[in-house]
Amino acid sequence: MKKLVLVSVFCLPFYSLGALAEEPPLPAGLGGPPIAQNSIEPALPAGLGPAHPSGLSADEPSLPAGLAGTASTERNEDGPFLEEKDITAHVLPYGLTGFIEGRAGVRIHDQDFEKRASIGEARLQLQYEKFWEKVSVRVTSDFIADPVADRWAVDLDEGDGWIDLREAFVSWRATDFMDFKGGRQVLTWGTGDLVFLNDLFPKDFDSFFIGRDEEYLKAPSDALKTSFFSDFANLDVVYMPNFDADRYADGARVSTYDPFSGGQTSRVNVLRVNPRGRWFAEDEWAVRAYRNFGTYETALYGYDGYWKNPQGLDTAHIRATFPRLSVYGASVRGPVYRGIGNIEAAYYDSRDDRAGTDPVLPNDQFRFLAGYEQEIMTELTGGLQYSLERTLDFDDLKKNAPAGSPLPEHNRHVVTLRLTKLMMNQDLTLSLFNFWSPNESDGYVRPKANYKINDQWTAEAGANVFYGESRDTFFGQLEDNTNVYVSLRYSF
Amino acid sequence: MRKFLLSLSLPLFVTFPALAMDVSEIVAKANHAAYYQGEDGRARVKMVITDKQGRKRTRDFTILRKDTKSGDSDQKFYVYFNRPADVSKTVFMVWKHVKADDDRWLYLPALDLVKRIAATDERTSFVGSDFFYEDVSGRNTTEDTHTLLETSDNYYVVKSTPKKADLVEFSFYKSYIHKTSFIPVKIEFFDKRGEKYREAAAEKVETIQENQTVTQGSMTDLRSGSKTVLTYSGVQYDIGLPDDIFTERYLRTPPTDYLKK
Repeated sequence: MKKLVLVSVFCLPFYSLGALAEEPPLPAGLGGPPIAQNSIEPALPAGLGPAHPSGLSADEPSLPAGLAGTASTERNEDGPFLEEKDITAHVLPYGLTGFIEGRAGVRIHDQDFEKRASIGEARLQLQYEKFWEKVSVRVTSDFIADPVADRWAVDLDEGDGWIDLREAFVSWRATDFMDFKGGRQVLTWGTGDLVFLNDLFPKDFDSFFIGRDEEYLKAPSDALKTSFFSDFANLDVVYMPNFDADRYADGARVSTYDPFSGGQTSRVNVLRVNPRGRWFAEDEWAVRAYRNFGTYETALYGYDGYWKNPQGLDTAHIRATFPRLSVYGASVRGPVYRGIGNIEAAYYDSRDDRAGTDPVLPNDQFRFLAGYEQEIMTELTGGLQYSLERTLDFDDLKKNAPAGSPLPEHNRHVVTLRLTKLMMNQDLTLSLFNFWSPNESDGYVRPKANYKINDQWTAEAGANVFYGESRDTFFGQLEDNTNVYVSLRYSF
Repeated sequence: MRKFLLSLSLPLFVTFPALAMDVSEIVAKANHAAYYQGEDGRARVKMVITDKQGRKRTRDFTILRKDTKSGDSDQKFYVYFNRPADVSKTVFMVWKHVKADDDRWLYLPALDLVKRIAATDERTSFVGSDFFYEDVSGRNTTEDTHTLLETSDNYYVVKSTPKKADLVEFSFYKSYIHKTSFIPVKIEFFDKRGEKYREAAAEKVETIQENQTVTQGSMTDLRSGSKTVLTYSGVQYDIGLPDDIFTERYLRTPPTDYLKK
C-alpha cells in the first residue's frame, strides 16, 4: 500500500511536467483538447480545429485526423482501378489513352541517296483496353501522316502507310499454370540492352535509326503465345504462323550498303527481296524456359524460322533473301557487385548453309554478350556491354567467296556504353548510348534529351550519329543517314 | 534504511516502462505501423507534387504488398502505374531485402520489356517526388542509433542518428511517434549544420480492418519549397495475395483481379 502511494506521488509530477512542456496540438475529433498547429507545419486536413494554449511548445506536430484512438472513423472507400476520374481533365471516352506527337528530323550530310528530311511525321496513338476476371483485350493503333515517306500504301507487316496497328490481342489467364496471349503483340525477351541475341522477334531498325521513340524499335508480331508456369520452371511457347521479318533498312528511308552494286541503296535503288509470307508454311517458333535461382534469372531459348534481315543473296534475280535459321541460347542475369550483370550466348544455325561454303548465304554464328549496369552517382546510371559475333566456318567462307567481295570480320566485337542522367526532379533525362566496334572501326551514338514539361507534354531532341571507316561495315554503311531530330508529344 | 531505498527505486522502476518504453521497441513498433500492417495489402495511391511556383505533377498508381518473412523483414511490392499517361501500365516491382540490396524490375509495356534495375541509392527521389525510395519502402532500423528525447501525452520523440553518416544526407532525424498507434506523425530531417530541411507528416489516419493506417501523408523539401502529398484509397489488408504475383508472369500480364478489388 505504501509502495502504491509512492508510485502515484512520483508519477504525477512527471506526467504533468510532460504535459506542460511539449503538449502536441490535437485535432478535432480526438480525445484531447484541440490545439493549433504551428506555422511551419503543412496545412491540417479539414475539420482539424486550431487552438493554441499559451505555454505550449509549437515544435510538436498536431495529430492527424484519425489518430489517438477511439474517435477515429472506420472507413474504407473502394478505390477505382482503371477509372480515370479527376486524375486529368483530358480523358477520352471508352477509356481510350494515347498520345499525339509531331517529330521532325534532318540528315546532316549532303548525299544523293535520300531526302534531306529524315522524318517529318504527325502521329496519333490510341489505345483501348478492357479487363474481365481472367481475360483482357488491348488494341493499340498509330495513325500517321508522314510526308517524308515514299510508300503510302498501308502495309501492316512493314508498318508502311497511314496506319500502324501495334497491338490487337486477347490475353487469357486460363488456369493457375497457363496463360494465352493471341493476336498482334509486341514480344521481347533476353538480357541485352539494345543488343539482341535470343530475341528474334521483329525489330524496326528504320524507326530506330531515324529517331522515333525507342518503343518503336520493337515491331509487332502476329502470334499465339502460350505460357506455362510451375515451381520448377516456366515455359513460353510462341508460334507465329506468318514469318515477321524485321522492318529493316532497305534504302527507302535509310540508305545502306548495296550488296549487289557495292554502292548504297537509296530511294531510287531500294533493296529488293524475295519475301516470305506463306501462312503456316513460312512460320516461326520461339520458346523460352526460364526460372530464378534466388535473385538470379536464368533462361534457355530456342528459335526456328528465318534470318530476320534479308541476309542471303539471290544473285540470279538480284534479290536479297531470308534464309532459314535456328537459334539456341541461354542467359543469366542478376546482381553483381553494386549493379546488375548479365551474360547471354546464342548459337545461330544457318540451316541453308551449315557448312559455310556458300558465300551468298550467311554462315553459322556464335554470339556472346556480357553486360553490367550500375548507378555511378545520384541519378546517373552507367551501363557497359561487350558483344561478340563470331562467324563460324570462316575458312570455308573465305575459300569460296569470289575474289574482291567484302567479307565479314571473323569476329565482330562491339562495345556499348549507356549513360543516363536524371535532372530537375526527373523531368529532364539526358541519355547517351554508343555502339562501337573496335575491330570494324565503326559505331553509332545516340544522344538524347527528354524533358517532361508537365503531366501531358513531353519535348525531346536527339541525334543518330553513325561513323565508320568503311561503307560495308554494320554502322559504317549508315553514315550518310546521320540525323538530328526534335519532337513534341501530348499524352492523354 | 534498506527498505527506504527500495521504495525509492521502485517508483522509478515502475514509471519508466510507462513513460519511456525501451526506444528500440518504440522504433520497432513504429516501423511496423508504417510498413508492416497486415500480412499483405493493396492501396490506390494518388501522388501530387507541388513545386514552389505551385506547378503540380501527378502520379497515380496501385500498390500491392506482401510480407515474405516474418518479423517485419523482407517484403515484395508491385506498383502498377495508371497515370500520368506516358507511364500508364508501367509496372515497378521490388523485392525488398532487409539484409541485402533490394531487387528491382521495371516492366515497359510498349516494348514488352522486363528490365532489371540496378539497386540505387535509397535516398534518391521516388518517381520524381519529394519522397525517397527509402521513405516509401522503409529504412532499416538498424542503420541508425535511436535515442528517446522525450515522451509527451501523445508522442514518443525519437532522435535517430545514422551509424554511417557518409552514406546519407542527414545528420539526424527526429520522429514524433504517436503513443498508442505508433504511427510516426512527423519526421524532421536535419542537415549537417543542424538545420531542418525536410519533413514528413501523416496528415490523415483511418482505421482499416483494425489497422490504423495513414491515408494521407506528405513530404516537404524545405529548401526547394516542393511538397508531395500521397493520398491512399481503397486500402485493404490481408487479401491473400499469392506469391507469384511478384514474378515475371504478372509483370507482363497485370493481376487485374487484385488491382481492381
